[in-house]
Amino acid sequence: MMDATPQADSLTSFAPDELETPPLTLGQLAWRRFRRHKMAIFGAIVLVLLFLYAFGGAFVLSESYANFTDTDLRLSPPSAAHLFGTDTIGRDILARTIYGGQISLLIGLTAVVIETLVGIVVGALAGYYGGKVDAILMRITEAMLNIPEIFLLIVMAKFFGGKIPEVEVLGRAYSGSVIVIVVIIGLTSWMYLARIVRAEFLSLKENEFILAARATGTSNAQIIFRHILPNSIAPIVVSATLGVANAILAEAYISFLGLGVQPPTATWGNMLDGANNYLESAPWMWFFPGLLILLTVLSINFLGDGLRDALDPRSRAV
Amino acid sequence: MTRYILKRLLQGIPLLFIISIILFVLMMNMGDPIATMGGRSVTRPSDRERLTRQLGLDQPVYLQYLYWLVGNDWTKVDLDGDGVAETPGTRRGALRGDFGTSLVNRGKPVTEIIAERLPNTLILMVAAEVLIILGSLLVGVYSALRQYSKADNILTALLFIGYSMPIFFIALISMYLFAVLFKRWGLPYLPTVGMFDPQVGKTAGQVLWHMVLPVMSISIISFAAYSRYIRSTMLEVMSQDYIRTAKSKGLSRREIIYVHALKNASLPIVTVVGLDLPLLLGGAVITERIFAWPGMGRLFLDHVSRSDLPVVMGILMLIAVAVVVFQIITDIVYAWLDPRIRYEG
Repeated sequence: MMDATPQADSLTSFAPDELETPPLTLGQLAWRRFRRHKMAIFGAIVLVLLFLYAFGGAFVLSESYANFTDTDLRLSPPSAAHLFGTDTIGRDILARTIYGGQISLLIGLTAVVIETLVGIVVGALAGYYGGKVDAILMRITEAMLNIPEIFLLIVMAKFFGGKIPEVEVLGRAYSGSVIVIVVIIGLTSWMYLARIVRAEFLSLKENEFILAARATGTSNAQIIFRHILPNSIAPIVVSATLGVANAILAEAYISFLGLGVQPPTATWGNMLDGANNYLESAPWMWFFPGLLILLTVLSINFLGDGLRDALDPRSRAV
Repeated sequence: MTRYILKRLLQGIPLLFIISIILFVLMMNMGDPIATMGGRSVTRPSDRERLTRQLGLDQPVYLQYLYWLVGNDWTKVDLDGDGVAETPGTRRGALRGDFGTSLVNRGKPVTEIIAERLPNTLILMVAAEVLIILGSLLVGVYSALRQYSKADNILTALLFIGYSMPIFFIALISMYLFAVLFKRWGLPYLPTVGMFDPQVGKTAGQVLWHMVLPVMSISIISFAAYSRYIRSTMLEVMSQDYIRTAKSKGLSRREIIYVHALKNASLPIVTVVGLDLPLLLGGAVITERIFAWPGMGRLFLDHVSRSDLPVVMGILMLIAVAVVVFQIITDIVYAWLDPRIRYEG
C-alpha cells in the first residue's frame, strides 16, 4: 500500500492551490484520516494503558501472589490491602485481573493470527482459482457460518478438551487449555475474513497488472502473494483488528461457561465463571473482570472503526 | 421468482449435508456418553461393552452417520455381540424425522425433548426481535435527524458501548441493578431466575415478568448494532434526490420522514434481521444459563456436558435449518419489498 506513491502524486496535481505542500504518501494520508478520528485515538490510548496494566502490573504483583489462596479472607470486599477484593477462596482479584489480562490479551492476539492465516488462504484460493475450488471452499465457509459461533466453540472445546498437556513458555506454566482455546477460536472465526479476501481477489485479479504478471510468466503463488495480497491488505488489517475484540469475547464466553481456560490459570473470562452465584454477596468478583473485558473490546472497536476510515475509506461501517 | 425460490431451496440441501457431516465428525470425540449415563452401575466392563454395542457406538463413524441420517431399519444390527447381525434395526433416521433417542434420558425421543424446550426459547427470541427492531428504528431515526447534535453524539457513544458489551456483563449488571439494588432500595424488583415463581404458578403475567431481564440481555447488542445501521442508512436516504423533491413540493416534514425516508431506510434492515439469527441464538445460550431459563440453550449445555450426541446433534441441525430457511426468506422478502431487485432464475 505504501509503495503506491505515484497515485498520491497525481492526486495532489489535481489541486493546484496545494502545489506548495509536498505530496503525501498514502501512509501519511491514512494517518491524517486516522488522527481526525478522536474515538480511535482514545481507543488506542486506552488499549496501550490496558496492555501496560496487564504486562506492567506483573512487575508489581507476582504470579504466586495471584494464585495465593487465603481462606480466611474469602469474599472480602475491596479494601486497602485488596483493592478489588478477594474471590471465593481468598485470592486477590486485582492480581488475578493482571495475570488474567495477560492470558486474555494473548489469546485475543494469537487467535487472530490463526484466524487471519486460515481466512487469507481460503479466501485467496477461492477467489483466485474460482470454479470448483471456489465452490467447495465457499460451501464449507457457508456451512460454518450457519452454525452460531458459540455452539461451534462449545462442541470444539469438548472435542479438543483435556488433550493437550501443560506447556511451559518463558518460565511460566500455561494450562494446555489455553492452546486449545486459541486454536478453536481461530478455527471458528475465519469465515468473514475469507469472504472479504475472496471478494478482493475476485475484483483484483481482473486488473491489467495481473494480466501483465501472467504474461511475463509469473507463478500463481507469486501473483497471489506478491501482487494481489498486498493490494487487499487494508480490509484484512481492519478485520483482524476487530477480530481481536471478537476473540477476547469468545474466550470470555466459553470460559464463563466453564469450558474454556481451566483454573488456576486466570483469564478475565474464567474469573467470571460461577460469578452469578455471588451476584448479591460479592459483586466485585464479576464487576472488575467484566469491566476490563468491556474496556478492551470497546477500545478495539473504536480503533478498528478509525482504521477502517483511515485505510479503507470506500467501505462503510455497518 | 418461483424458480429463484426453488433454486435457493435446492442449494440449501447440500449445505445442510455439509453442516451435518462437519458436526457429526466433531461430535465423535465429545467424551464418553456411557460414563455419564445415570447413577446406576454401568461401570462393569461387560455392561459397558453391551451398552456401547446397543447404542451402536462401536460402529465406524461413517456407519454411525449413515444410521443417524437414514436410519437402520433397512438392515440388521448385531446386538448380542456374537458377530452375527440378526436383529432388525429400529431407527428411521434424521431424513425421516427420527433424530434418535436421548442417551441421558433413556429412550426419550430427541424431537420430544427439543419440542418441550423450543417454545421457551422462541418467546425469548420473538420478544427480543420485536424490541430490537422497534427500539433501533426509534433511536436510529432520532439520531439521524439530529446528526452531530449533542443528543446524537451521546447516543452514538452509548450505542458503541452497548455494542461492545459482553452479554454476561449486561446480564450481571442488569440483575444487580434491577433485582439486588432495587430490592435494597425498597422498589419493585425484577426476578432473576427461572420462568415463573413456583408459589404462583406458570401464569402469563409471571412469565412476562420473568422475561424482562433475559430479553433485555439478549437484545442490547443487536439493538445497538441496528441503531447505528439505521442511523447511517437514514442519513444516506435523507440526502437523496427524491427527498429533495418531496421537500420542494411542500410535503410536511413528518410525511417526508415517515413515508418517504423511513420506508426506504428500513429496507436494508430486513437483511440484517434475517442474518442476525445465529447471533441471537448464540446469545440465548449465555442468557439462558445465567437466568436459569429452561430453553434450548440450556438444554444444549446440559446435554453437551453429558455427551448426549443425538440431542446435541438434533439441536444443532434445528438451528442450521432455521438459519438456512431464514436466509432464503430474507432474500425473498427483500426482493418483494424492493422492486429494484430482480433475481434471475
